[in-house]
Amino acid sequence: MSLLDVTGLGVRSGQGRELVSDVSFTLEAGARLGLIGESGSGKSLTALAIMGLLPTGMTASGSVVLDAPGLPRTQITGATERDLNGLRGRAVTVVFQEPLTALDPLMRVGRQLAEPLGRRHGLRGAALRRAVVAALEEVRLTEPDRIARAYPHEISGGQRQRVAIAMALACEPALLIADEPTTALDVTVQAEVLALLDGLVSARGMALLFISHDLAVISRITDHVLVLRDGRAVEAGAVRDIVNAPRHPYTRSLVDSARELDSPLDRITL
Amino acid sequence: MTAVTEADALRTPRRSRRSTTLAIGCVLVGMIVAVAVVSFFWVPYDPADTSGDRLMPPGLPHLFGTDKLGRDLLTQLMIGARIALTVGVGSVALGGLLGVAGGLAAGFATRWLDDTISALLDILIAFPTLLLAMLVVAVRQASLGSAILAIGLAMSAIVARLTRVLVKRVLSQDFITASRTSGTSWPRVVTEHVLPNIWPTLLVNLALQLGLAVLAEASLSYLGLGPPPPNASWGSMLQEAQATVLTSPVGAIAPGVLLVVLVIGVNLIADGLRDVADPTRRRTR
Repeated sequence: MSLLDVTGLGVRSGQGRELVSDVSFTLEAGARLGLIGESGSGKSLTALAIMGLLPTGMTASGSVVLDAPGLPRTQITGATERDLNGLRGRAVTVVFQEPLTALDPLMRVGRQLAEPLGRRHGLRGAALRRAVVAALEEVRLTEPDRIARAYPHEISGGQRQRVAIAMALACEPALLIADEPTTALDVTVQAEVLALLDGLVSARGMALLFISHDLAVISRITDHVLVLRDGRAVEAGAVRDIVNAPRHPYTRSLVDSARELDSPLDRITL
Repeated sequence: MTAVTEADALRTPRRSRRSTTLAIGCVLVGMIVAVAVVSFFWVPYDPADTSGDRLMPPGLPHLFGTDKLGRDLLTQLMIGARIALTVGVGSVALGGLLGVAGGLAAGFATRWLDDTISALLDILIAFPTLLLAMLVVAVRQASLGSAILAIGLAMSAIVARLTRVLVKRVLSQDFITASRTSGTSWPRVVTEHVLPNIWPTLLVNLALQLGLAVLAEASLSYLGLGPPPPNASWGSMLQEAQATVLTSPVGAIAPGVLLVVLVIGVNLIADGLRDVADPTRRRTR
């Protein structure tokens, strides 16, 4: 049984406009999938629908079945808030694009990280503090003690995104959704964070759903992609095949523009 | 937005300037509070005592002189401080409680309930405070309680609207979603993330509202809608001294100065609180 089985997923806005329609894919435990498309193509909505966290007013249709080890197999669309809360964090969690807004600006980093860590592992006091420092060390943050005491605005963008990754990993999810996790970062920091994410996901055997508009970034971290356009899946397959022989015109334009902007793409994939 | 390390250098002097503001505000308000506290235990004369000569200039035995009925002005000023603070704190407590509760409800409500609350708030805000006060007085008679009720009700609409916007803004942010993606329940999200994030702005606004409430009380008393004599309010003192301001200016100047001192003090505290309550503000201002 697959970890995540999305069949005919649709998302409608409050006004009835179809934002995502008939998206289907499956993800095995420990597997990786890239979701690529321009802004407004429904990538992030797909991710939120998998979490059961669509903005108020939007409704999901179709089927999203999450079957994480040790947790009840759950149909996300139509599940109760209580069931979903049991799954969020342990079965699936998200790293967002903008780490500054993904962290509570008024709470020290250590305390924010302690929240899921403490809940997941039942830790308190000194043991919890040690776990927080260990979690910060795991995402290769130097000076974890200083960072734990800092407010989000007092650390750099790359450090913030590492903290956000540490928070997402705190609950040891079976599936990690990374929603453009490096888009807001400098290019050098972007490479480091990608490498970190890559390493952590492999080490923990997590499944990864990586969302990006950047084919070069996706090609570094996954082998398989699903191309979304205007809320529809237009093409799916191995990154190599899609780059070399795009079948859909939209995919072709995506590849062409990626080549134009990112000449290193040639070196990576050909 | 992202460059932060430079801001560390800026923070120290900025912050100390702000805490100076807070300190001055505390001293100014502290003086008025001290006078008000003393007035509970001791005042030089009975506020209704008209045995003194009329319109005496400052001196002995009446330190600030007397009004046109021969009452001791210092006594009236001290009691006025008590009334100004009581109305200020009372109406902020009432307005704050009602306003924050209403604003939270609207912030979390579904669309139609939110629309209903917002429409009610708009009507209440458009309603002149003085007219509201007159209605309250017409129903309940002029008293300290009526003044607090009228000012507090008018304030609650403003506080509620602010709270609603703040709650909406916080709820739309990624860290709320991020917190929920890790399985945090709604009540915990509210106590851990929503309230702490709206609190700094709310606190500063409530402090500013306290200054406005003191002024509103003075206006009500000036119009005779405040607490009735012998409860000397600064507003009613101003009104009584109006006719004799050229011959005996102390009666008008003293309550006016105290009013200004209290309101400036409260506003300075509000300004200083902004930084104490909100760590992210320390670098931006």
